[in-house]
Amino acid sequence: MTPLAVTRPRRTRRTMPGLTPTLGFTLFYLGLIVLIPLAGVFFKASGLGFAGLWKVITSERVLAALSLSFGAAAIAAVLNAVFGSVVAWVFVRYEFPGKRLFDAFIDLPFALPTAVAGIALTALYSENGWIGSVLAHAGIKIAYTPLGIIVAMTFIGLPFVVRTVEPVLREVERDLEEAAATLGARRWQTVLRVIAPAVFPSLVTGFALSFARAVGEYGSVIFIAGNFPMVSEIAPLLIIIKLEEFDYKGATAVAATMLVLSFLLLLTINLLQAWVRRRV
Amino acid sequence: MNHAVKDAAFLPFEPLKQTNSVINEPRLVRWLLIAAALGFLSLFLLLPLLSVFVEALRKGAGAYFAAFSDPETLASIKLTFIAAAIAVPLNLIFGLCAAWAITKFEFRGKQLLITMIDLPFSVSPVVAGLIFVLIFGAQGWAQPWFGDHLGKVLFATPGIVLATIFVTFPFIARELIPLMQEQGTEDEQAALSLGATGWQTFTRVTLPNIKWALLYGVLLCNARATGEFGAVSVVSGHIRGLTNTMPLHIEILYNEYQFVSAFAVASLLALLAMVTLAVKSLLEWRYADQLAATHRSGG
Repeated sequence: MTPLAVTRPRRTRRTMPGLTPTLGFTLFYLGLIVLIPLAGVFFKASGLGFAGLWKVITSERVLAALSLSFGAAAIAAVLNAVFGSVVAWVFVRYEFPGKRLFDAFIDLPFALPTAVAGIALTALYSENGWIGSVLAHAGIKIAYTPLGIIVAMTFIGLPFVVRTVEPVLREVERDLEEAAATLGARRWQTVLRVIAPAVFPSLVTGFALSFARAVGEYGSVIFIAGNFPMVSEIAPLLIIIKLEEFDYKGATAVAATMLVLSFLLLLTINLLQAWVRRRV
Repeated sequence: MNHAVKDAAFLPFEPLKQTNSVINEPRLVRWLLIAAALGFLSLFLLLPLLSVFVEALRKGAGAYFAAFSDPETLASIKLTFIAAAIAVPLNLIFGLCAAWAITKFEFRGKQLLITMIDLPFSVSPVVAGLIFVLIFGAQGWAQPWFGDHLGKVLFATPGIVLATIFVTFPFIARELIPLMQEQGTEDEQAALSLGATGWQTFTRVTLPNIKWALLYGVLLCNARATGEFGAVSVVSGHIRGLTNTMPLHIEILYNEYQFVSAFAVASLLALLAMVTLAVKSLLEWRYADQLAATHRSGG
């Protein structure tokens, strides 16, 4: 063993104590809980070989599940981007009774367990539920259809857009809006040309977070989805079905595909955002 | 009034009194936006929450409380809190260590480390469960050793705890890192130069500075830990009375058409969620300056 005294002079360079134990534990714990287990997925998936992997992914049922998960998540994220911006705008700019109460409730999807959200949404949107019965008269079915999946994914992703846009919107200089107005801009022009560009990068972040959460969501979706193969069966559910059939390789192939697609998407959005930031 | 006059003296022209009208929307637009926002929130948030309690009490208070005398329900409540009681403190220690290392020191690859810590957020809970099945399952690579030395992991409490730790991994670290980054190291350096030990500096200087953010992180971590469904569902094996957490028990009751019982257990978790939100809001109103900047509301 090397004598410990050798390291002493370094203390003058870093005045704060405790780097070695804290960073050491951080890396150890991160590796043990997250990195090694995650690497196992790719290790297992690589055991299938490219041909095997391709065969699993391109099977009709897997393709249907993947496109449903990603498609429904995209629609839900768009819905959240639109309404989330409106909610953020209203909470930053206006005063109204009950504002604090509503503000607290925006984070409900973070705090409410997904299974609870799942059965509650199903009760609401099924044919004899409060909302479902009204829509049934109009001939619209939500529970046990892909529409129900979108509803659950919208619920789960709602706070992301609001909470990422809100702080940025609050920072927008009102002087700029005044300047735009004095230069003759109409109000909608100011909103579109001055405020929207400032807020846009945070909106993209919120969209991406909401999308990523919705793609992987399981608990709140499976109750309302109906889970019919090829129609309303999401990719995470298919992983579970494959596991229950002891098809570990198939489950891993779907999981690895989901991971890669999500990472690629987040990467694209990050690059897009960097590009937007440079242009604004 | 006086300082307004004084300020005006510096300006070459009279300041506009009515600037608000040009940077505000017409009243009608304002009301329509407020109505749209509140309508959306009520439809997607308040109604589902309300319906949990309405469904739970549909057959009266007697049926509601009868749901909690079921031993399997009680076992699921116990297991849920055991899992949270292990996962939250471990992630708390990790969060403190990670935040300390990241915010008090400079080193290469810091941004990569932060990204890695965030990873569990972008992994589907079901995939999180799957990774532990691959390790500890019948054909898993660690199971032969673990089976001999430590007993069963999968379809038992350790697996549930592991899955819970994974999904709640970043919560506390993420609350602490931005705040401690803002606070810098000046306070700590002052304490150290006055002769405090590293541990004293941490407990007497750093900890009081971050206590509310820490509580905030613990709250969110605990909410997610008690409510986790997907990851736990994969590793639990659904053995009634043994490896079912509350969310899993809700699923079983629901699938057996025991709706009142399912919603009764759900209402317990919903109450916990509401307490979490209440404390969280209280922290944001009272101690906003001691939380990470993203939680500070403007007013």
